[in-house]
Amino acid sequence: MDAESVAAEVRNCDERNTVLEARGVTKRYHLGEVDVHALRGVDLSICQGQMMAIMGPSGSGKSTLMHIIGLLDRPSTGTVMVEGEEVSQMLPNELAAVRNRRIGFVFQSFNLLARTTALANVELPLVYAGVSAAERVTRARAALEKVGLGDRIGHLPNQLSGGQQQRVAVARALVTDPSIVLADEPTGNLDSVSGVEVMRILQGLNEQGITVVLVTHDETVARHAERIVRLRDGLLVADEEVEQRHVATAHVDGAGEAALAERTAS
Amino acid sequence: MLGVIIGVAAVILLVAIGTGVQEDIAGSIEGLGSNLIFVFPGNFEEGGGPGGGASIRRQFTLDEADLVRRRLDVRHIVVPIAQGPAALRVGNRTMRTMIAAGNEYSDSVFAANYADGRGYRRSEVAAASRVVVIGATVRETLFPNQDPLGRSVSINGQRFTVIGHVVAQGGSLTGDQDNQIYMPVTTAQRIFGSTDISSIVVKAESADEVPQVQRQVERILRPGFGDEFTVFTQDQTLGLFQAILGTLTFMLAGIAGISLLVGGIGIMNIMLVSVSERTREIGIRKAVGARTYDIMSQFVIEAVSLSVVGGIVGIALGASGAAVLSRWVPTEVTLWAVALAFTFSAAVGIFFGVYPAYKASRLDPIDALRYE
Repeated sequence: MDAESVAAEVRNCDERNTVLEARGVTKRYHLGEVDVHALRGVDLSICQGQMMAIMGPSGSGKSTLMHIIGLLDRPSTGTVMVEGEEVSQMLPNELAAVRNRRIGFVFQSFNLLARTTALANVELPLVYAGVSAAERVTRARAALEKVGLGDRIGHLPNQLSGGQQQRVAVARALVTDPSIVLADEPTGNLDSVSGVEVMRILQGLNEQGITVVLVTHDETVARHAERIVRLRDGLLVADEEVEQRHVATAHVDGAGEAALAERTAS
Repeated sequence: MLGVIIGVAAVILLVAIGTGVQEDIAGSIEGLGSNLIFVFPGNFEEGGGPGGGASIRRQFTLDEADLVRRRLDVRHIVVPIAQGPAALRVGNRTMRTMIAAGNEYSDSVFAANYADGRGYRRSEVAAASRVVVIGATVRETLFPNQDPLGRSVSINGQRFTVIGHVVAQGGSLTGDQDNQIYMPVTTAQRIFGSTDISSIVVKAESADEVPQVQRQVERILRPGFGDEFTVFTQDQTLGLFQAILGTLTFMLAGIAGISLLVGGIGIMNIMLVSVSERTREIGIRKAVGARTYDIMSQFVIEAVSLSVVGGIVGIALGASGAAVLSRWVPTEVTLWAVALAFTFSAAVGIFFGVYPAYKASRLDPIDALRYE
């Protein structure tokens, strides 16, 4: 597979605005004496309102890519632009502000604050955005209602099921009205029913115009997106439209793969 | 917070015990009364102090006491002292105790607050009467809930009449004065079967005259004893005990230092553990947009409030522990110990609460999130 030719095929966003753009991103780690090239020059444009999946086997660099486009990590070389703004040279506190206002994260392991209620967890980004206490509660409550947890706002993470915890995390990601929600293996720690529920919420957000990027190694999960980019060994090897898009349905019976009920997107 | 509480409480408690013991010793030395001059046989200049290993070649007898009394101005009181063990029996109750014997002026030397009865008189000293004044512990042991006055008690096999008893004075490190009996020195000599006395105590009429009386006593005894006796004024005695107290103060500082160190290490450990546990939390907070400043202010506020609340709880715990312990051990909670314990613990708590958080807050968010 020729990296140069794939890079040339990378889609630009045509008439849609580019929310996030990576150019020539590489990432090297030093593990003892060994240099690991997690990313070896990735170009990627994420378009406004798109639901995109980043796929690849483990070790392909997909998580590293997500961390870099989510500004949790810095590229070794290359640039990242968020809504046209170059962020590679920003100071840590400026990056924090960009993460706070424009990016929402959903992690595989939820990453909620233990000993803190669902409401307070969702309020957290608003605290750092300087939103007043009263408005924080209103907005956090609205976000929790959006993910169907309006009746669980006072619960602690350990009083919630995995799926509910992940929905709290989704509420936390969307409470700041970000330009983009990044979800790293959001269903990885969930049973299939909860996984479907979370995918349904992410698709619902996308329908409301929020850009969603999924990172997954699971083809079924990835096919909920409208576009899939594939990584292998730190290079982008494919960028394709999803033809038979999966739509997660609200109420499903059964378990296992069958639970990921399919419905062809119209 | 537990670390701070235990650290502060331990320092306060240990220093309270140390200070209490020190105060108690100082108090019992000063409680000996003022203007006193103690004359002991043996030369302590070489030996270092009473009990310090001086060899006593020749004991005093009543003759020396008499000599001193006759040659000194009558305004000064001279008391020959004899001390020794005694076995007491009343009916089937027995106990062992110490005899402290003197003459009719003993009340100026031994603390004597009579609960009831009287001290022995001059005539009783002259006649070596078998009369005895008993301490509070002795009374409780031999005459529980009874009036001891006029009762008889067997002391080393001889019958004595109780003529008085003394109010409880509490234990002291120089000897339990409650667990003592008092009798004429002449009587005591018969019990011990010896004409020796242990020491001579002179009470000068005023503190100003103490040095002068000391010199007189030395002049009086030198012809008969040469250098084989030692005169302590209370100043000297105090000076001697000051040396002991100085050692105790070092001990106290050692105790305080060690407890601060131990408490500090405990606090440090708990703080370090909680911060490493919370590095992931720092990562989460940074991921959702916390700036370094936000993380730092959170951890500073937490560390300060934990240290302050823990410090206050520790002070309360230490102080109440000292109050409870004071039933068995003299304790005294001192302001400097409280201040030192609080300041040190708070400083350690805050430093080890904030410094690792400072380091964690400078990590890239993803490194903090991945922290195990």
